Amino acid sequence: MMALSHGHLLTGQAYWLPVLWSGIAAFTILAYIVLDGFDLGIGLLFAVEYRPDDRNVMVNTVAPVWDGNETWLILGGASLYGVFPVAYATVLPALYPTIIAMVLALIFRGVAFEFRFRADSKRGRFWWDVAFFGGSLLAAFAQGLTLGGLIQGIKVTDDAYAGGWWDWLTPFSLLCGVGVVIGYALLGAAWLVWRTDGPLQARCRHHARTLGLCTLALIVAVSLWTPTLQGHYLRHWYAWPRILFVSPVPVLVAGLAVVFWRGLSREDVHITPLLCALGWFFLCFTGLGISVWPYIVPPGITIWDASSPPSSQYFLLVGAAVLIPTILAYTIYSYWVFRGKIGVETHYH
Amino acid sequence: MFGIDALYLARGQFAFTVGFHIVFPAFSIGLAAYLAVLEGLWLKTGRQVYLDLWKYWVKIFSVGFAMGVVSGVVMSYEFGTNWSVFARKAGPVLGPMLAYEVLTAFFLEAGFLGVMLFGMERVGRGLHFLATCLVSIGTLISMSWILASNSWMQTPQGYTIDKVTGQFLPKDWWAIIFNPSFPYRLVHMGLAAFLCVAFVVGAVGAYHLLRDRRLGRKPTEAVRTMFSMAMWMAAIVAPVQILAGDTQGLNTLQYQPAKIAALEGDWQTRDHAPEILFGIPNMQKERTDYAIEVPWAGSLILTHSLSGKVPGLKQFKPQDRPYSPLIFFTFRIMVGLGMLMALLGVVSLFLRWRGSFYSNPWLHRFALAMAPSGFIALLCGWITTEVGRQPYTVYGLLRTTESVSPIALPGIATSFAAFVVVYFVVFGAGLVFILRMMAHEPVPGETGLDPHEPTRTAGITPGPAQGPGERVLDQRPGGFAPHAAE
Repeated sequence: MMALSHGHLLTGQAYWLPVLWSGIAAFTILAYIVLDGFDLGIGLLFAVEYRPDDRNVMVNTVAPVWDGNETWLILGGASLYGVFPVAYATVLPALYPTIIAMVLALIFRGVAFEFRFRADSKRGRFWWDVAFFGGSLLAAFAQGLTLGGLIQGIKVTDDAYAGGWWDWLTPFSLLCGVGVVIGYALLGAAWLVWRTDGPLQARCRHHARTLGLCTLALIVAVSLWTPTLQGHYLRHWYAWPRILFVSPVPVLVAGLAVVFWRGLSREDVHITPLLCALGWFFLCFTGLGISVWPYIVPPGITIWDASSPPSSQYFLLVGAAVLIPTILAYTIYSYWVFRGKIGVETHYH
Repeated sequence: MFGIDALYLARGQFAFTVGFHIVFPAFSIGLAAYLAVLEGLWLKTGRQVYLDLWKYWVKIFSVGFAMGVVSGVVMSYEFGTNWSVFARKAGPVLGPMLAYEVLTAFFLEAGFLGVMLFGMERVGRGLHFLATCLVSIGTLISMSWILASNSWMQTPQGYTIDKVTGQFLPKDWWAIIFNPSFPYRLVHMGLAAFLCVAFVVGAVGAYHLLRDRRLGRKPTEAVRTMFSMAMWMAAIVAPVQILAGDTQGLNTLQYQPAKIAALEGDWQTRDHAPEILFGIPNMQKERTDYAIEVPWAGSLILTHSLSGKVPGLKQFKPQDRPYSPLIFFTFRIMVGLGMLMALLGVVSLFLRWRGSFYSNPWLHRFALAMAPSGFIALLCGWITTEVGRQPYTVYGLLRTTESVSPIALPGIATSFAAFVVVYFVVFGAGLVFILRMMAHEPVPGETGLDPHEPTRTAGITPGPAQGPGERVLDQRPGGFAPHAAE
């Protein structure tokens, strides 16, 4: 296999390392979405769950794991910096406002986790709950805007961002923002169906139904819109014989929808709705990959253009190959230690 | 193309966010090590006082750590948002090191942090101690990677430069990581983190000793123990830190003489150089005004010889000089505080020997006043080394003016304002919570983070906001009710 970058023909290591790394980077982003999505979703559900006891239970389901979840985002940023520095150096200035909004929102929401239990008055608690909700909402929305801003393409000349201050703000990126907010809220509701019981669980089943419908509608809208943004996106989906490989994606989304609704309507099913919602996220992410590949900064920069030299990528690969599986193993262990339904008697602060 | 103002705002924003951030990891590094020591002592001796102290400080650790995590997210993206040209050119060298930092260390911390903070009743004692140690080791590894990349920016080696893209390409990773200033910086920063926490712990102990004295009650064993442990640190580590700082100074003289000239306020390169104790460096007139000098001391300190040759700023072109008026003072504040720390250590040893260690209020007042000294010295040292690296981001190779992102002035100005507001609200609140927790005296049978405080269920009055007396009443024997979740 070979590819062109800066007019050079790439073969061997220079070809495969970026391919491998784009897989690892995609996995990191997916891990972040899967793990932090329900954390943020729980913050979003503060909009409809008011009772202090319920809010405490909701936060306690994620209290021991949230900061581990957030480190996937830091890993995503740091590995992009080391492995695809040109992408890091063009995407971040282009999406500067959405990135800054996201990190500021994550600050608010992160400290609200710790501070809401330590506030000494009802009023203090109220404001930290507002910060928790507002931070979750802005972070999710900004992540959607960032995603939309990237997919719709970034103007680059000579490996530097060449667009304007507001380029990221379009109807498409706004739609992506709404999509991520609704999708994360769905993950949060489905997570709570798994981790809680009683009236809270029953209400979350109800939330999950509504949010599930909205999420599906938004998935359809974004999926129909995306191929019209760049010529090659369309070709990636409808060109023969590739269509044979990509057509299962929408079919699987529909199949999961059936399992999702049946799971929600049965009292003895707890984890299935969450798995289905995560499945949707996985499929959307795969669909996105099909659209943009092999571009890391559409429309012009491929993964090979953006890559650091093989010496950098290989150096980091050694560590990643050992450490990412280790990290996954004890992430699973952490979830195992803190497994089970959370009631009002369980407290982690 | 982009005005000098946008560059200064980009620098200001970066300095502001990293300045806030640096405080929390330093606190976490030191406190995690302290917690590991406390838990180890508890397991070894079985004395309740160590467990009480562990539970007291782990609550404070959890708040500080959370603030470190969230302010760290900012840092991993700000290299790209503010310094995109630098990120593109130096990314192949610095990016993998930062990624290693996250991989090896941050995950070790964050992954085992949940077990450490909340899992004392869910896993065995040995495993829990392991989790505490791994969190502590994680913070140290984290620091090593960060300092390796920072040191590479100060003393770069082991790279080649791509002629087409201008990127730094790694040639020898061993040389890159173990660059000349790394070992010195690592020791100096590690000791600084330990000292930050030692002086905070000592001040909290001193505060309670003073308050107990005023209220006429006997200090708890926990208070006495923490004060004593902190003062041992002051007596032993502060002098070691002065030696470590001295060796880093010699290293800097060898590799970054302009930084030494700027922080000393020296303009002429000469032997038998004096040490300027005070003065105001004047960059325009190329002299240090109102200088108070000690003859030959400059040569003695920097070269360990009265006749040694010391560089002056005039040796460097005006556009290559670091801004002396700032680092001249930050360096002096850092050194002055270091001396005061060592003095407190010596005084504490003397009073220990005289038997008035727990009763002399002047010792306790001195220790209380020194509470922020570690952090102030740390920030001043950091400003000295980073501003001393100017006008380069990668020393001698990539200028700061050539590193900045193509972001227009209004964009940087808006985000800078947002950062200032958010950081003061969030970290101000965090500081208030931490101080409030410190204001409570550690009591026998201290509650940790996870015991099932009934007040928490009520959702109104949280545990740490209660008075210690109330908490004693809530104390249950053994403290651990079966989990509803199991």
